[in-house]
Amino acid sequence: MPDSPIAVAHHNPELRHHFADMEQQRDASSLGMWLFLATEIMFFGGMFCAYLIYRLWYFPEFAAASNSLDITLGTANTAVLICSSLTVVLAVRAAQLGKRRAQVVYLALTLVLGLAFLGVKGMEWTSKFKEHHIPGPSFHFEGSVPGHPGQAVDQQHAQIFFSLYFAMTGMHALHMIIGVGIFSYLLYYAWKGRYTPEYHTPLENSGLYWHFVDIVWIYLFPLLYLIDRKK
Amino acid sequence: MATAAITLERENYLNQEYGIKSWLLTVDHKRIALLYLLSITFFFFIGGFFALLIRLELLTPAGDLVQADTYNKLFTMHGQVMVFFFLIPSIPAVLGNFLVPLMIGAKDLAFPRINLLSWYLYIIAGVLMLHCMLTGGVDTGWTFYTPFSTAFSNSKVIEAGLAIFISGFSSILTGLNFVVTIHRMRAPGMTWSRLPLFIWAHYATSIIQLLGTPVIAVTLVLVVLERALHLGIFDPTRGGDPLLFQHLFWFYSHPAVYIMILPAMGVVTEIVPCFSRKRIFGYNFVAMSSIGIAVLGFLVWAHHMFVAGISLYAALIFSALSYLVAIPSAIKVFNWTATMYKGSITFSTPMLYAFGFIGLFTMGGLTGLFLAALGIDVHVTDTYFVIAHFHYIMVGGAVMGYLGGMHFWWPKISGRMYPEALGRLAALIVFLGFNLTFFPQFILGYLGMPRRYWQYPPEFQVLNVLSTAGSTILAVGYLLPMVYFLWSMRYGKIAPANPWGASGLEWKTTSPPPTFNFEQPPVVDWEAYDYENTAAPQEARFAG
Amino acid sequence: MSEHIVSVKANVAVWLALLVLTGVTTGIAFVDLGPLNTIVALVIATCKALLVVLIFMHVKYASDKLVKVVVIAAVFFLMLLLGLSLADYSTRLL
Repeated sequence: MPDSPIAVAHHNPELRHHFADMEQQRDASSLGMWLFLATEIMFFGGMFCAYLIYRLWYFPEFAAASNSLDITLGTANTAVLICSSLTVVLAVRAAQLGKRRAQVVYLALTLVLGLAFLGVKGMEWTSKFKEHHIPGPSFHFEGSVPGHPGQAVDQQHAQIFFSLYFAMTGMHALHMIIGVGIFSYLLYYAWKGRYTPEYHTPLENSGLYWHFVDIVWIYLFPLLYLIDRKK
Repeated sequence: MATAAITLERENYLNQEYGIKSWLLTVDHKRIALLYLLSITFFFFIGGFFALLIRLELLTPAGDLVQADTYNKLFTMHGQVMVFFFLIPSIPAVLGNFLVPLMIGAKDLAFPRINLLSWYLYIIAGVLMLHCMLTGGVDTGWTFYTPFSTAFSNSKVIEAGLAIFISGFSSILTGLNFVVTIHRMRAPGMTWSRLPLFIWAHYATSIIQLLGTPVIAVTLVLVVLERALHLGIFDPTRGGDPLLFQHLFWFYSHPAVYIMILPAMGVVTEIVPCFSRKRIFGYNFVAMSSIGIAVLGFLVWAHHMFVAGISLYAALIFSALSYLVAIPSAIKVFNWTATMYKGSITFSTPMLYAFGFIGLFTMGGLTGLFLAALGIDVHVTDTYFVIAHFHYIMVGGAVMGYLGGMHFWWPKISGRMYPEALGRLAALIVFLGFNLTFFPQFILGYLGMPRRYWQYPPEFQVLNVLSTAGSTILAVGYLLPMVYFLWSMRYGKIAPANPWGASGLEWKTTSPPPTFNFEQPPVVDWEAYDYENTAAPQEARFAG
Repeated sequence: MSEHIVSVKANVAVWLALLVLTGVTTGIAFVDLGPLNTIVALVIATCKALLVVLIFMHVKYASDKLVKVVVIAAVFFLMLLLGLSLADYSTRLL
């Protein structure tokens, strides 16, 4: 057990003084990120709770509103995020193997895919705006309940769907934007050669964050886009 | 280790560096603890000021001191400030921050910079809340019930909501830091079963902070969105359910009360063995009961909603679960009592606060069981009975635990002894003032006086006057420690490393500790609460 | 430093599985399974989430159990929120 890290001749410059060694530092950082993700599960979970209740109460309107979302864009965006998770994993792997150029390539690809996701989201939201599906004074939903072409849709109930849609996808997009910021920072430092087989904790932990945001979307997509599509 | 000569002061965390920058940019957990101490004391007095105004208004049955809307703001801001800006941070951010690394033999918490960030978030939240209060305040009750808060209130709901949202992040980061520290940074030999129970209590508290706070965070986001954009998620006239808000709010806010009490229980568990000169009775039971309270505390939230419109079946389930959560608390009371049995008791100031805690917390806890019974709750909910119940736990319990802990560890924190006679006097004044303030409120509630009302029928006046009188005595009791703690920093007797003869690693380093806590990293090979082998202090503990 | 490095092959396999499952989710939404549609969608989503958590996020290869406990605990408490809220909503008379 070393007395003081300063006394040890060849400690890694990234070692913080209150840790005994790099392994303790890495284990602590990793656990810290996992605990943060646990808080995020509960954070999004609150909105999933609201969604659950109202889907039970207003199923016809939820189905009608869901059918008005663009399923092609939604599926495509899901694929985009899945690809970005792969590029993240490969970036971390490149750091583990000491490959600087590969790190930079995969991180850049992750950024591009993340921005593509946000771009598609922007397109979807713009079309929602044009269709008057944004909650507020100009909200008006022109659809009908799937399977019941004559049945009009309760405007208030439909607005609740869209309130939750924008709250949940908005919160998700905010997390994506933060992720893009983090990965821009990582890209810069990866390019400068900061991440090595001995020290790539920021890369690993940011990767965990990115995968988590992907998992949130994995649940959001079927719950928001695929309600009662069979009709 | 000889006590230092007056001219040669040993280097410690207080004198290692001077200047405001060395404090505002510190990453030393001990300095951050003191930053928190100053901030939460400030907010305690703000919250206390609102309480005094409430009690002043309630001296007379008529609403004659303030207008009804103002009264709504008074009780709202009293609650918000006391809950979010005093009680929730208090023991964890002050005593926890200071002691957790010391007790486990670490140099600092796992993430010192995040610790500092946590304090800055608290300050930003506090400034926002102060601004909110100074520019009009909130009148919704600290519980923010919808649709009043989202659609009808004309007060600064969004600003207050944002302030609490930010303070929640401060709380989450503290909890995160503690959990990682306790898992990853224990000294060699410090196994889980050798940890002080103060650590177990803070571990359990941190679990609640991590898993509960995010839910109120997202709920406040939804409230802000609803209010700003008129969404309808919680508004029955727009298809929403006000009870959904209550479910989400109380999912956090009930476990939050355990955030407020568990650390105080941890403090009591350190004080009682020391001043009984006896190892804690039932270590495993106390440790497991802390975890039990943390978990079970998440299962009972709708007992705040029995008359709000939940289904009878849900009410039955939550009532039964609420009885369950009392069990681990009771286990702790039995263990403290059993520890004292055949112990060698000293009635020091910390021990007086611990006694006060045990008695008053028990009363508060038992009255919680009254409330958990559906038949009784229908009659006393939203009356002063509830107010008395939770003040017995929060003030008679948590605040007394906090004060007991501040006295117990003051020599370690400051390197000085506080004046013992004044300490005991203040403890007695607090105890008397507290009971005079809040016991009449049980009776008032039972007789039917509603809470949050700014005027009341004249037959309730005598009890209200007693309560207000008590609150002034309580205020004196709280002011005294402020005065003599400050006095002691200049004129108090210099404290030795272990003035109480207590067990625990924090007492094996100097008072105050050096910046990196220990001269040599400790290696632990003894059990916790090793009072058979810990010498009682030789010198007179109670001088000055 | 014993750090398990997942092979490119394994990662690509997971990626392909995730894409296939995404296609299945969308496709099966157009098949009438009655109330099972929702359940199938959630089951598939959970399979995808498990693949990401276990392989991409390395939980399968974690040396100590703590990370698994953290994830399971968070999911458990979320289920508490959803489940006990449902205890109210599903038993209301209205």
